[in-house]
Amino acid sequence: MKNIWNFYIEGFRDMPKYGRRVWTIIIIKLIIMFAVLKVFFFQDFLSTKGKTDKEKSEYVSKQLLNIKK
Amino acid sequence: MEHIDWGLVDWSRAQFALTALYHWIFVPLTLGLSFIIAIMETIYVKTGNPEWKRITKFWMKLFGINFAIGVATGIILEFQFGTNWSNYSWFVGDIFGAPLAIEGIMAFFLESTFIAIMFFGWEKVSKKAHLWSSWLVAIGSNLSGLWILAANGWMQNPVGMQFNPETVRNEMNNFWDVLFNPVAVNKFLHTISSAYVLAAIFVIGISAWFLLKNRNTSLSKKSMIVASVFGFLAIIYAIFTGDGSAKEVAKHQPMKFAAMEGLYQGQRKAPLVAIGFFGINKDEHNSQEQKFAFEFKIPNALSYMAFMDINAFVPGIKDLVHGNKDEGIISYNEKIEKGKTAIDALAAYKNAKKENNNELAETSLKTFNENFKYFGYGYYFGKDPHLLIPDVKISFYAFHTMVGLGFYFVLLFFLIYMYAYKNKFQKKKWLLRMAVWTIPLAYVAQEAGWIVAEVGRQPWVIQDLMPNIAAVSQIDQSSVQITFFLFLAVFTALLIAEIKIMLTQIKKANISNTNENKGGTE
Repeated sequence: MKNIWNFYIEGFRDMPKYGRRVWTIIIIKLIIMFAVLKVFFFQDFLSTKGKTDKEKSEYVSKQLLNIKK
Repeated sequence: MEHIDWGLVDWSRAQFALTALYHWIFVPLTLGLSFIIAIMETIYVKTGNPEWKRITKFWMKLFGINFAIGVATGIILEFQFGTNWSNYSWFVGDIFGAPLAIEGIMAFFLESTFIAIMFFGWEKVSKKAHLWSSWLVAIGSNLSGLWILAANGWMQNPVGMQFNPETVRNEMNNFWDVLFNPVAVNKFLHTISSAYVLAAIFVIGISAWFLLKNRNTSLSKKSMIVASVFGFLAIIYAIFTGDGSAKEVAKHQPMKFAAMEGLYQGQRKAPLVAIGFFGINKDEHNSQEQKFAFEFKIPNALSYMAFMDINAFVPGIKDLVHGNKDEGIISYNEKIEKGKTAIDALAAYKNAKKENNNELAETSLKTFNENFKYFGYGYYFGKDPHLLIPDVKISFYAFHTMVGLGFYFVLLFFLIYMYAYKNKFQKKKWLLRMAVWTIPLAYVAQEAGWIVAEVGRQPWVIQDLMPNIAAVSQIDQSSVQITFFLFLAVFTALLIAEIKIMLTQIKKANISNTNENKGGTE
Protein backbone atom coordinates (compact mmCIF):
# COMPACT_ATOMS: atom_id res chain seq x y z
CA MET A 1 0.00 0.00 0.00
CA LYS A 2 2.83 2.34 0.91
CA ASN A 3 4.45 1.71 -2.48
CA ILE A 4 1.24 2.56 -4.29
CA TRP A 5 0.86 5.73 -2.20
CA ASN A 6 4.45 6.76 -2.93
CA PHE A 7 3.96 5.98 -6.60
CA TYR A 8 1.17 8.56 -6.84
CA ILE A 9 2.87 11.09 -4.55
CA GLU A 10 6.11 10.99 -6.53
CA GLY A 11 4.20 11.10 -9.79
CA PHE A 12 2.40 14.27 -8.77
CA ARG A 13 5.54 15.79 -7.26
CA ASP A 14 7.57 15.29 -10.43
CA MET A 15 4.80 16.53 -12.66
CA PRO A 16 5.86 19.16 -15.21
CA LYS A 17 4.38 22.68 -15.20
CA TYR A 18 1.76 22.01 -17.83
CA GLY A 19 0.64 18.95 -15.83
CA ARG A 20 0.02 21.11 -12.77
CA ARG A 21 -1.92 23.57 -14.92
CA VAL A 22 -4.07 20.76 -16.28
CA TRP A 23 -4.75 19.45 -12.77
CA THR A 24 -5.78 22.95 -11.66
CA ILE A 25 -8.27 23.02 -14.52
CA ILE A 26 -9.59 19.57 -13.56
CA ILE A 27 -10.14 20.66 -9.95
CA ILE A 28 -11.86 23.92 -10.94
CA LYS A 29 -14.01 22.02 -13.42
CA LEU A 30 -15.07 19.43 -10.86
CA ILE A 31 -15.87 22.13 -8.28
CA ILE A 32 -18.06 23.97 -10.80
CA MET A 33 -19.77 20.73 -11.81
CA PHE A 34 -20.42 19.19 -8.43
CA ALA A 35 -20.48 22.14 -6.03
CA VAL A 36 -22.30 24.65 -8.23
CA LEU A 37 -24.17 23.06 -11.12
CA LYS A 38 -25.27 19.87 -9.38
CA VAL A 39 -26.24 21.56 -6.12
CA PHE A 40 -27.99 24.65 -7.45
CA PHE A 41 -29.25 23.74 -10.90
CA PHE A 42 -29.39 19.97 -11.30
CA GLN A 43 -31.23 18.49 -8.39
CA ASP A 44 -33.00 15.20 -8.94
CA PHE A 45 -36.37 16.49 -10.17
CA LEU A 46 -38.38 13.42 -9.16
CA SER A 47 -37.08 13.61 -5.60
CA THR A 48 -38.92 16.92 -5.32
CA LYS A 49 -42.13 15.16 -6.36
CA GLY A 50 -41.94 12.13 -4.11
CA LYS A 51 -39.74 10.42 -1.59
CA THR A 52 -40.49 6.80 -2.35
CA ASP A 53 -40.37 4.99 -5.66
CA LYS A 54 -44.14 4.57 -5.47
CA GLU A 55 -44.67 8.33 -5.19
CA LYS A 56 -42.27 8.98 -8.03
CA SER A 57 -43.98 6.36 -10.13
CA GLU A 58 -47.37 7.95 -9.46
CA TYR A 59 -46.08 11.35 -10.47
CA VAL A 60 -44.56 10.07 -13.74
CA SER A 61 -47.68 8.05 -14.39
CA LYS A 62 -49.82 11.20 -14.10
CA GLN A 63 -47.46 13.02 -16.44
CA LEU A 64 -47.41 10.28 -19.05
CA LEU A 65 -51.13 9.61 -19.01
CA ASN A 66 -52.00 13.26 -19.46
CA ILE A 67 -51.78 14.07 -23.17
CA LYS A 68 -51.06 17.76 -23.48
CA LYS A 69 -52.39 20.01 -26.21
CA MET B 1 -55.60 19.78 -20.22
CA GLU B 2 -52.20 21.38 -19.88
CA HIS B 3 -50.40 22.80 -22.87
CA ILE B 4 -47.00 21.70 -24.17
CA ASP B 5 -44.29 24.18 -23.31
CA TRP B 6 -42.45 24.01 -26.63
CA GLY B 7 -39.92 26.58 -25.41
CA LEU B 8 -38.97 24.30 -22.52
CA VAL B 9 -38.65 21.29 -24.85
CA ASP B 10 -36.49 23.25 -27.29
CA TRP B 11 -34.22 24.72 -24.60
CA SER B 12 -33.81 21.33 -22.91
CA ARG B 13 -32.93 19.80 -26.26
CA ALA B 14 -30.54 22.63 -27.06
CA GLN B 15 -28.80 22.22 -23.72
CA PHE B 16 -28.41 18.49 -24.18
CA ALA B 17 -27.15 18.96 -27.73
CA LEU B 18 -24.65 21.60 -26.65
CA THR B 19 -23.27 19.37 -23.89
CA ALA B 20 -23.11 16.27 -26.09
CA LEU B 21 -21.42 18.11 -28.95
CA TYR B 22 -18.80 19.67 -26.66
CA HIS B 23 -18.26 16.34 -24.87
CA TRP B 24 -17.69 14.74 -28.25
CA ILE B 25 -14.90 17.18 -29.06
CA PHE B 26 -12.77 15.57 -26.33
CA VAL B 27 -13.77 11.90 -26.46
CA PRO B 28 -12.78 10.71 -29.98
CA LEU B 29 -9.20 11.91 -29.62
CA THR B 30 -8.90 9.96 -26.36
CA LEU B 31 -10.34 6.81 -27.97
CA GLY B 32 -8.09 6.89 -31.02
CA LEU B 33 -4.89 8.43 -29.71
CA SER B 34 -4.69 5.87 -26.91
CA PHE B 35 -4.34 3.11 -29.52
CA ILE B 36 -1.83 5.04 -31.63
CA ILE B 37 0.28 5.59 -28.49
CA ALA B 38 0.05 1.90 -27.59
CA ILE B 39 1.19 0.96 -31.12
CA MET B 40 4.12 3.39 -30.94
CA GLU B 41 5.16 2.09 -27.54
CA THR B 42 4.93 -1.48 -28.84
CA ILE B 43 7.40 -0.53 -31.58
CA TYR B 44 9.67 0.96 -28.90
CA VAL B 45 9.54 -2.19 -26.76
CA LYS B 46 10.08 -4.45 -29.80
CA THR B 47 12.92 -2.44 -31.33
CA GLY B 48 14.46 -0.90 -28.22
CA ASN B 49 14.98 2.28 -30.23
CA PRO B 50 14.80 5.21 -27.72
CA GLU B 51 13.48 7.53 -30.41
CA TRP B 52 10.20 5.62 -30.36
CA LYS B 53 10.06 6.19 -26.61
CA ARG B 54 10.41 9.95 -27.15
CA ILE B 55 7.76 9.82 -29.87
CA THR B 56 5.42 7.86 -27.60
CA LYS B 57 5.96 10.32 -24.75
CA PHE B 58 5.27 13.32 -26.96
CA TRP B 59 1.88 12.00 -28.14
CA MET B 60 1.14 10.78 -24.63
CA LYS B 61 1.56 14.35 -23.41
CA LEU B 62 -1.10 15.60 -25.85
CA PHE B 63 -3.29 12.62 -24.99
CA GLY B 64 -3.00 13.51 -21.30
CA ILE B 65 -4.02 17.12 -21.85
CA ASN B 66 -7.05 16.10 -23.89
CA PHE B 67 -8.02 13.37 -21.43
CA ALA B 68 -7.74 15.65 -18.42
CA ILE B 69 -9.71 18.52 -19.94
CA GLY B 70 -12.41 16.25 -21.31
CA VAL B 71 -12.77 13.91 -18.36
CA ALA B 72 -16.14 14.07 -16.59
CA THR B 73 -17.71 16.43 -19.15
CA GLY B 74 -20.10 13.56 -19.93
CA ILE B 75 -21.35 13.50 -16.33
CA ILE B 76 -23.25 16.71 -17.08
CA LEU B 77 -25.38 14.72 -19.49
CA GLU B 78 -26.34 12.49 -16.59
CA PHE B 79 -27.24 15.56 -14.50
CA GLN B 80 -29.55 16.61 -17.30
CA PHE B 81 -31.27 13.23 -17.44
CA GLY B 82 -32.27 13.54 -13.79
CA THR B 83 -33.35 17.17 -13.95
CA ASN B 84 -34.53 18.05 -17.44
CA TRP B 85 -35.62 14.62 -18.62
CA SER B 86 -36.97 13.02 -15.46
CA ASN B 87 -39.96 11.30 -17.13
CA TYR B 88 -37.53 9.70 -19.54
CA SER B 89 -35.13 8.70 -16.75
CA TRP B 90 -37.93 7.00 -14.88
CA PHE B 91 -39.40 5.37 -17.99
CA VAL B 92 -36.08 3.76 -19.05
CA GLY B 93 -35.39 2.44 -15.57
CA ASP B 94 -32.43 0.12 -15.21
CA ILE B 95 -31.91 -0.31 -18.95
CA PHE B 96 -30.04 2.94 -19.08
CA GLY B 97 -28.75 2.74 -15.53
CA ALA B 98 -27.02 -0.66 -15.82
CA PRO B 99 -24.76 0.12 -18.81
CA LEU B 100 -23.91 3.55 -17.38
CA ALA B 101 -23.03 2.03 -13.99
CA ILE B 102 -20.78 -0.56 -15.66
CA GLU B 103 -19.19 2.23 -17.67
CA GLY B 104 -18.56 4.27 -14.54
CA ILE B 105 -16.95 1.39 -12.66
CA MET B 106 -14.83 0.32 -15.64
CA ALA B 107 -13.77 3.84 -16.45
CA PHE B 108 -12.79 4.52 -12.88
CA PHE B 109 -10.86 1.34 -12.14
CA LEU B 110 -9.38 0.48 -15.52
CA GLU B 111 -8.59 3.92 -16.90
CA SER B 112 -7.63 5.73 -13.72
CA THR B 113 -5.37 2.92 -12.48
CA PHE B 114 -3.55 2.30 -15.72
CA ILE B 115 -3.40 5.94 -16.76
CA ALA B 116 -1.41 6.59 -13.59
CA ILE B 117 1.07 3.85 -14.55
CA MET B 118 1.15 5.19 -18.10
CA PHE B 119 2.16 8.68 -16.96
CA PHE B 120 4.00 8.12 -13.69
CA GLY B 121 5.44 4.67 -14.25
CA TRP B 122 8.02 5.05 -17.04
CA GLU B 123 10.99 4.52 -14.75
CA LYS B 124 9.12 2.66 -12.01
CA VAL B 125 7.70 -0.40 -13.73
CA SER B 126 9.18 -2.72 -16.35
CA LYS B 127 8.90 -1.89 -20.05
CA LYS B 128 6.42 -4.68 -20.56
CA ALA B 129 4.26 -3.69 -17.59
CA HIS B 130 4.18 -0.13 -18.90
CA LEU B 131 3.24 -1.33 -22.35
CA TRP B 132 0.42 -3.42 -20.89
CA SER B 133 -0.85 -0.35 -19.06
CA SER B 134 -0.89 1.67 -22.27
CA TRP B 135 -2.88 -1.04 -24.07
CA LEU B 136 -5.27 -1.39 -21.13
CA VAL B 137 -5.91 2.36 -21.12
CA ALA B 138 -6.76 2.14 -24.82
CA ILE B 139 -8.98 -0.91 -24.40
CA GLY B 140 -10.59 0.48 -21.23
CA SER B 141 -11.48 3.84 -22.73
CA ASN B 142 -12.94 2.14 -25.79
CA LEU B 143 -14.95 -0.27 -23.65
CA SER B 144 -16.36 2.72 -21.76
CA GLY B 145 -17.72 3.85 -25.09
CA LEU B 146 -19.32 0.45 -25.61
CA TRP B 147 -21.63 0.88 -22.60
CA ILE B 148 -22.60 4.43 -23.46
CA LEU B 149 -23.35 3.47 -27.05
CA ALA B 150 -25.29 0.37 -25.95
CA ALA B 151 -27.52 2.75 -23.98
CA ASN B 152 -27.81 5.13 -26.94
CA GLY B 153 -28.48 2.21 -29.32
CA TRP B 154 -31.34 1.11 -27.09
CA MET B 155 -32.93 4.55 -27.41
CA GLN B 156 -32.81 4.19 -31.20
CA ASN B 157 -34.05 0.59 -31.19
CA PRO B 158 -35.51 -0.45 -27.81
CA VAL B 159 -35.08 -4.20 -27.28
CA GLY B 160 -34.53 -6.66 -24.44
CA MET B 161 -37.09 -5.09 -22.11
CA GLN B 162 -40.56 -5.49 -20.72
CA PHE B 163 -42.76 -2.53 -19.75
CA ASN B 164 -44.09 -2.71 -16.22
CA PRO B 165 -47.49 -0.94 -16.11
CA GLU B 166 -47.45 -0.84 -12.30
CA THR B 167 -44.31 1.25 -12.08
CA VAL B 168 -44.57 2.85 -15.57
CA ARG B 169 -41.03 1.64 -16.14
CA ASN B 170 -39.24 -0.51 -18.65
CA GLU B 171 -37.37 -3.41 -17.11
CA MET B 172 -34.49 -5.20 -18.74
CA ASN B 173 -35.36 -8.83 -19.39
CA ASN B 174 -32.41 -9.71 -21.59
CA PHE B 175 -29.08 -7.97 -20.98
CA TRP B 176 -27.51 -9.60 -24.06
CA ASP B 177 -30.26 -8.30 -26.33
CA VAL B 178 -29.50 -4.80 -25.07
CA LEU B 179 -25.74 -5.24 -25.46
CA PHE B 180 -25.84 -6.99 -28.83
CA ASN B 181 -28.65 -4.88 -30.22
CA PRO B 182 -27.60 -4.60 -33.90
CA VAL B 183 -28.12 -0.82 -33.81
CA ALA B 184 -25.83 -0.53 -30.77
CA VAL B 185 -23.16 -2.84 -32.19
CA ASN B 186 -22.99 -0.95 -35.49
CA LYS B 187 -23.09 2.37 -33.69
CA PHE B 188 -20.24 1.38 -31.39
CA LEU B 189 -18.04 0.05 -34.18
CA HIS B 190 -18.72 3.05 -36.40
CA THR B 191 -18.16 5.52 -33.58
CA ILE B 192 -14.85 4.07 -32.41
CA SER B 193 -13.51 3.56 -35.94
CA SER B 194 -14.35 7.16 -36.80
CA ALA B 195 -12.64 8.22 -33.55
CA TYR B 196 -9.50 6.38 -34.72
CA VAL B 197 -9.73 8.32 -37.97
CA LEU B 198 -9.83 11.61 -36.08
CA ALA B 199 -6.85 10.66 -33.93
CA ALA B 200 -4.86 9.59 -37.00
CA ILE B 201 -5.63 12.91 -38.69
CA PHE B 202 -4.62 14.74 -35.50
CA VAL B 203 -1.23 12.98 -35.47
CA ILE B 204 -0.72 13.47 -39.21
CA GLY B 205 -1.74 17.15 -39.06
CA ILE B 206 0.61 18.03 -36.20
CA SER B 207 3.43 16.03 -37.78
CA ALA B 208 2.80 17.87 -41.05
CA TRP B 209 3.07 21.19 -39.21
CA PHE B 210 6.45 20.13 -37.79
CA LEU B 211 7.63 19.18 -41.27
CA LEU B 212 6.49 22.52 -42.68
CA LYS B 213 8.52 24.20 -39.94
CA ASN B 214 11.39 21.77 -40.54
CA ARG B 215 11.34 20.65 -36.92
CA ASN B 216 11.20 17.24 -35.28
CA THR B 217 11.40 15.68 -38.72
CA SER B 218 12.22 12.17 -37.62
CA LEU B 219 9.37 12.16 -35.09
CA SER B 220 7.01 13.51 -37.72
CA LYS B 221 7.90 11.02 -40.42
CA LYS B 222 7.67 8.05 -38.11
CA SER B 223 4.42 9.30 -36.57
CA MET B 224 2.92 9.92 -40.00
CA ILE B 225 3.64 6.40 -41.16
CA VAL B 226 2.02 4.85 -38.08
CA ALA B 227 -0.95 7.24 -38.22
CA SER B 228 -1.54 6.91 -41.96
CA VAL B 229 -1.67 3.10 -41.83
CA PHE B 230 -3.80 3.17 -38.68
CA GLY B 231 -6.04 5.87 -40.16
CA PHE B 232 -6.39 4.15 -43.52
CA LEU B 233 -7.47 0.86 -41.92
CA ALA B 234 -9.80 2.77 -39.58
CA ILE B 235 -11.49 4.77 -42.35
CA ILE B 236 -12.06 1.65 -44.46
CA TYR B 237 -13.61 -0.01 -41.42
CA ALA B 238 -15.62 3.15 -40.68
CA ILE B 239 -17.06 3.02 -44.20
CA PHE B 240 -18.17 -0.60 -43.70
CA THR B 241 -19.61 0.06 -40.25
CA GLY B 242 -21.25 3.25 -41.53
CA ASP B 243 -22.91 1.18 -44.22
CA GLY B 244 -24.01 -1.27 -41.51
CA SER B 245 -25.41 1.60 -39.46
CA ALA B 246 -27.30 2.99 -42.47
CA LYS B 247 -28.90 -0.44 -43.04
CA GLU B 248 -30.01 -0.53 -39.39
CA VAL B 249 -31.42 2.98 -39.67
CA ALA B 250 -33.35 2.01 -42.83
CA LYS B 251 -34.76 -0.99 -40.97
CA HIS B 252 -35.61 0.54 -37.59
CA GLN B 253 -35.83 4.30 -38.22
CA PRO B 254 -37.17 4.72 -41.76
CA MET B 255 -38.11 8.38 -41.17
CA LYS B 256 -34.54 9.21 -40.17
CA PHE B 257 -33.28 7.38 -43.25
CA ALA B 258 -35.67 9.29 -45.53
CA ALA B 259 -34.63 12.59 -43.92
CA MET B 260 -30.93 11.76 -44.33
CA GLU B 261 -31.53 11.41 -48.06
CA GLY B 262 -34.21 14.10 -48.44
CA LEU B 263 -36.48 11.42 -49.90
CA TYR B 264 -40.14 12.46 -49.89
CA GLN B 265 -41.63 10.02 -52.35
CA GLY B 266 -40.66 6.41 -51.71
CA GLN B 267 -39.74 4.18 -54.61
CA ARG B 268 -38.19 0.98 -55.78
CA LYS B 269 -34.80 1.32 -57.47
CA ALA B 270 -34.40 4.46 -55.36
CA PRO B 271 -31.43 6.61 -56.37
CA LEU B 272 -28.90 7.91 -53.87
CA VAL B 273 -28.41 11.67 -53.79
CA ALA B 274 -24.61 11.82 -53.73
CA ILE B 275 -24.52 15.63 -53.80
CA GLY B 276 -27.51 17.87 -53.32
CA PHE B 277 -28.53 21.38 -52.32
CA PHE B 278 -32.00 22.36 -51.25
CA GLY B 279 -33.69 25.39 -52.72
CA ILE B 280 -34.62 28.31 -50.49
CA ASN B 281 -38.05 27.76 -49.07
CA LYS B 282 -39.94 30.68 -47.57
CA ASP B 283 -42.28 28.39 -45.65
CA GLU B 284 -40.00 26.31 -43.46
CA HIS B 285 -42.88 24.38 -41.91
CA ASN B 286 -42.31 20.64 -41.55
CA SER B 287 -45.26 19.78 -43.78
CA GLN B 288 -43.59 21.62 -46.67
CA GLU B 289 -41.58 19.40 -48.99
CA GLN B 290 -37.96 20.50 -49.24
CA LYS B 291 -37.04 20.44 -52.92
CA PHE B 292 -33.54 20.12 -54.30
CA ALA B 293 -32.22 23.06 -56.31
CA PHE B 294 -29.37 20.82 -57.44
CA GLU B 295 -28.85 17.11 -57.06
CA PHE B 296 -26.50 14.50 -58.40
CA LYS B 297 -28.02 11.05 -58.13
CA ILE B 298 -26.59 7.54 -58.39
CA PRO B 299 -29.33 5.31 -59.83
CA ASN B 300 -30.58 2.40 -57.68
CA ALA B 301 -27.91 3.01 -55.07
CA LEU B 302 -30.22 3.93 -52.17
CA SER B 303 -32.33 0.76 -52.50
CA TYR B 304 -29.15 -1.28 -52.68
CA MET B 305 -27.48 0.54 -49.78
CA ALA B 306 -30.51 0.10 -47.52
CA PHE B 307 -31.62 -3.43 -48.38
CA MET B 308 -28.92 -4.95 -50.66
CA ASP B 309 -31.55 -5.16 -53.39
CA ILE B 310 -32.05 -2.57 -56.14
CA ASN B 311 -35.73 -3.51 -56.38
CA ALA B 312 -36.36 -2.91 -52.68
CA PHE B 313 -38.84 -0.19 -51.78
CA VAL B 314 -37.37 2.70 -49.79
CA PRO B 315 -40.18 4.60 -48.07
CA GLY B 316 -40.15 8.36 -48.37
CA ILE B 317 -41.36 10.93 -45.85
CA LYS B 318 -44.79 11.13 -47.50
CA ASP B 319 -45.22 7.33 -47.42
CA LEU B 320 -44.43 7.29 -43.73
CA VAL B 321 -46.69 10.22 -42.83
CA HIS B 322 -49.66 9.35 -45.06
CA GLY B 323 -49.14 5.58 -45.27
CA ASN B 324 -48.71 3.38 -48.31
CA LYS B 325 -51.10 0.43 -48.42
CA ASP B 326 -49.34 -1.19 -51.39
CA GLU B 327 -46.14 -1.37 -49.36
CA GLY B 328 -47.84 -2.24 -46.07
CA ILE B 329 -46.97 1.08 -44.38
CA ILE B 330 -49.55 2.46 -42.00
CA SER B 331 -50.00 6.21 -41.72
CA TYR B 332 -48.89 8.32 -38.78
CA ASN B 333 -52.52 9.14 -38.04
CA GLU B 334 -53.22 5.42 -37.58
CA LYS B 335 -50.16 5.08 -35.38
CA ILE B 336 -51.28 8.09 -33.36
CA GLU B 337 -54.69 6.44 -32.86
CA LYS B 338 -53.03 3.23 -31.71
CA GLY B 339 -50.70 5.16 -29.42
CA LYS B 340 -53.65 7.01 -27.90
CA THR B 341 -55.39 3.66 -27.40
CA ALA B 342 -52.30 2.39 -25.57
CA ILE B 343 -52.17 5.46 -23.30
CA ASP B 344 -55.90 5.27 -22.55
CA ALA B 345 -55.65 1.53 -21.90
CA LEU B 346 -52.81 2.10 -19.45
CA ALA B 347 -54.86 4.74 -17.64
CA ALA B 348 -57.87 2.38 -17.58
CA TYR B 349 -55.67 -0.43 -16.27
CA LYS B 350 -54.34 1.69 -13.43
CA ASN B 351 -57.83 2.89 -12.47
CA ALA B 352 -59.19 -0.66 -12.63
CA LYS B 353 -56.40 -1.83 -10.34
CA LYS B 354 -57.23 0.89 -7.82
CA GLU B 355 -60.88 -0.17 -7.90
CA ASN B 356 -59.93 -3.86 -7.71
CA ASN B 357 -61.73 -4.47 -10.99
CA ASN B 358 -59.54 -7.33 -12.19
CA GLU B 359 -61.56 -8.11 -15.28
CA LEU B 360 -61.30 -4.57 -16.61
CA ALA B 361 -57.65 -4.46 -15.62
CA GLU B 362 -56.97 -7.60 -17.63
CA THR B 363 -58.75 -6.42 -20.80
CA SER B 364 -57.12 -2.97 -20.51
CA LEU B 365 -53.69 -4.52 -20.13
CA LYS B 366 -54.31 -6.72 -23.19
CA THR B 367 -55.29 -3.65 -25.24
CA PHE B 368 -52.26 -1.80 -23.92
CA ASN B 369 -49.85 -4.61 -24.82
CA GLU B 370 -51.32 -4.88 -28.31
CA ASN B 371 -50.69 -1.20 -28.95
CA PHE B 372 -47.60 -0.58 -26.83
CA LYS B 373 -45.23 -0.40 -29.79
CA TYR B 374 -47.04 2.79 -30.87
CA PHE B 375 -47.22 4.21 -27.33
CA GLY B 376 -45.22 7.37 -28.09
CA TYR B 377 -47.32 8.32 -31.09
CA GLY B 378 -50.28 8.81 -28.73
CA TYR B 379 -48.76 12.08 -27.50
CA TYR B 380 -49.44 13.55 -30.94
CA PHE B 381 -53.17 12.93 -30.68
CA GLY B 382 -54.96 15.99 -32.04
CA LYS B 383 -51.74 17.42 -33.40
CA ASP B 384 -50.30 17.76 -36.87
CA PRO B 385 -48.57 14.43 -37.74
CA HIS B 386 -45.96 16.44 -39.65
CA LEU B 387 -44.51 17.29 -36.23
CA LEU B 388 -43.10 13.76 -36.32
CA ILE B 389 -40.77 14.65 -39.20
CA PRO B 390 -37.22 15.56 -38.17
CA ASP B 391 -35.44 18.56 -39.65
CA VAL B 392 -34.79 17.29 -43.16
CA LYS B 393 -32.23 19.90 -44.19
CA ILE B 394 -30.07 19.45 -41.10
CA SER B 395 -30.26 15.64 -41.34
CA PHE B 396 -29.40 15.66 -45.06
CA TYR B 397 -26.53 18.14 -44.88
CA ALA B 398 -25.02 16.57 -41.75
CA PHE B 399 -25.15 13.10 -43.30
CA HIS B 400 -23.65 14.21 -46.60
CA THR B 401 -20.98 16.29 -44.89
CA MET B 402 -19.92 13.27 -42.82
CA VAL B 403 -19.88 10.91 -45.80
CA GLY B 404 -18.14 13.40 -48.11
CA LEU B 405 -15.42 14.07 -45.55
CA GLY B 406 -15.04 10.33 -44.96
CA PHE B 407 -14.14 9.77 -48.61
CA TYR B 408 -11.79 12.74 -48.53
CA PHE B 409 -10.01 11.16 -45.53
CA VAL B 410 -9.49 7.93 -47.52
CA LEU B 411 -7.69 9.94 -50.18
CA LEU B 412 -5.63 11.84 -47.60
CA PHE B 413 -4.43 8.71 -45.79
CA PHE B 414 -3.57 7.08 -49.11
CA LEU B 415 -1.55 10.09 -50.30
CA ILE B 416 0.23 10.49 -46.97
CA TYR B 417 1.21 6.84 -46.84
CA MET B 418 2.30 6.80 -50.49
CA TYR B 419 4.61 9.83 -50.08
CA ALA B 420 5.79 8.56 -46.70
CA TYR B 421 6.76 5.26 -48.29
CA LYS B 422 8.69 7.09 -51.02
CA ASN B 423 10.11 9.48 -48.39
CA LYS B 424 8.91 12.53 -50.33
CA PHE B 425 6.97 14.25 -47.57
CA GLN B 426 8.81 17.48 -47.27
CA LYS B 427 8.72 18.25 -50.98
CA LYS B 428 4.92 18.07 -51.00
CA LYS B 429 4.15 21.28 -49.14
CA TRP B 430 0.58 21.34 -50.47
CA LEU B 431 -0.06 17.92 -48.95
CA LEU B 432 1.40 18.96 -45.62
CA ARG B 433 -0.74 22.10 -45.55
CA MET B 434 -3.74 20.01 -46.51
CA ALA B 435 -2.98 17.64 -43.63
CA VAL B 436 -2.81 20.51 -41.13
CA TRP B 437 -6.13 21.97 -42.29
CA THR B 438 -7.77 18.58 -42.18
CA ILE B 439 -7.62 18.51 -38.35
CA PRO B 440 -10.68 20.76 -37.93
CA LEU B 441 -12.45 18.88 -40.73
CA ALA B 442 -12.05 15.64 -38.78
CA TYR B 443 -13.90 17.28 -35.89
CA VAL B 444 -16.57 18.56 -38.27
CA ALA B 445 -17.11 14.99 -39.53
CA GLN B 446 -17.41 13.73 -35.94
CA GLU B 447 -19.97 16.32 -34.94
CA ALA B 448 -21.89 15.87 -38.21
CA GLY B 449 -22.17 12.15 -37.41
CA TRP B 450 -23.78 12.91 -34.07
CA ILE B 451 -26.10 15.46 -35.61
CA VAL B 452 -27.32 12.85 -38.11
CA ALA B 453 -27.85 10.32 -35.32
CA GLU B 454 -29.64 12.67 -32.94
CA VAL B 455 -31.45 15.22 -35.11
CA GLY B 456 -32.54 12.49 -37.53
CA ARG B 457 -34.37 10.57 -34.80
CA GLN B 458 -36.37 13.55 -33.56
CA PRO B 459 -38.86 13.82 -32.00
CA TRP B 460 -38.09 10.45 -30.44
CA VAL B 461 -36.15 10.18 -27.24
CA ILE B 462 -36.95 6.46 -27.35
CA GLN B 463 -37.90 5.39 -30.84
CA ASP B 464 -41.71 5.11 -31.17
CA LEU B 465 -42.19 4.87 -27.39
CA MET B 466 -41.36 8.27 -25.98
CA PRO B 467 -41.19 11.62 -27.78
CA ASN B 468 -39.34 14.57 -26.29
CA ILE B 469 -42.62 16.30 -25.34
CA ALA B 470 -43.44 13.42 -22.97
CA ALA B 471 -39.88 12.97 -21.70
CA VAL B 472 -39.21 16.52 -20.55
CA SER B 473 -39.58 17.59 -16.89
CA GLN B 474 -41.94 20.40 -16.00
CA ILE B 475 -39.23 22.72 -14.75
CA ASP B 476 -38.74 26.42 -15.11
CA GLN B 477 -37.58 27.26 -18.63
CA SER B 478 -35.43 30.12 -17.35
CA SER B 479 -33.29 27.73 -15.29
CA VAL B 480 -32.61 25.69 -18.43
CA GLN B 481 -31.67 28.89 -20.26
CA ILE B 482 -29.31 29.98 -17.48
CA THR B 483 -27.54 26.61 -17.40
CA PHE B 484 -27.38 26.53 -21.20
CA PHE B 485 -25.30 29.70 -21.18
CA LEU B 486 -23.31 28.53 -18.15
CA PHE B 487 -22.37 25.36 -20.01
CA LEU B 488 -21.56 27.35 -23.09
CA ALA B 489 -19.16 29.49 -21.05
CA VAL B 490 -17.60 26.57 -19.13
CA PHE B 491 -17.15 24.33 -22.16
CA THR B 492 -15.81 27.14 -24.31
CA ALA B 493 -13.31 27.99 -21.56
CA LEU B 494 -12.27 24.33 -21.36
CA LEU B 495 -11.86 24.12 -25.11
CA ILE B 496 -9.79 27.31 -25.23
CA ALA B 497 -7.65 26.01 -22.35
CA GLU B 498 -7.11 22.70 -24.13
CA ILE B 499 -6.16 24.32 -27.42
CA LYS B 500 -3.88 26.82 -25.69
CA ILE B 501 -2.04 24.24 -23.57
CA MET B 502 -1.73 21.85 -26.50
CA LEU B 503 -0.44 24.53 -28.86
CA THR B 504 2.13 25.62 -26.28
CA GLN B 505 3.36 22.05 -25.90
CA ILE B 506 3.44 21.48 -29.66
CA LYS B 507 5.26 24.74 -30.35
CA LYS B 508 7.94 24.14 -27.76
CA ALA B 509 8.38 20.45 -28.56
CA ASN B 510 11.97 19.60 -29.31
CA ILE B 511 11.93 15.85 -29.31
CA SER B 512 15.56 15.15 -30.08
CA ASN B 513 16.66 17.15 -27.03
CA THR B 514 14.12 15.74 -24.64
CA ASN B 515 15.56 14.39 -21.46
CA GLU B 516 14.25 10.84 -21.38
CA ASN B 517 14.83 10.37 -17.71
CA LYS B 518 12.84 13.28 -16.46
CA GLY B 519 9.25 12.91 -15.36
CA GLY B 520 6.52 10.82 -16.83
CA THR B 521 5.17 13.15 -19.45
CA GLU B 522 8.10 15.34 -20.31
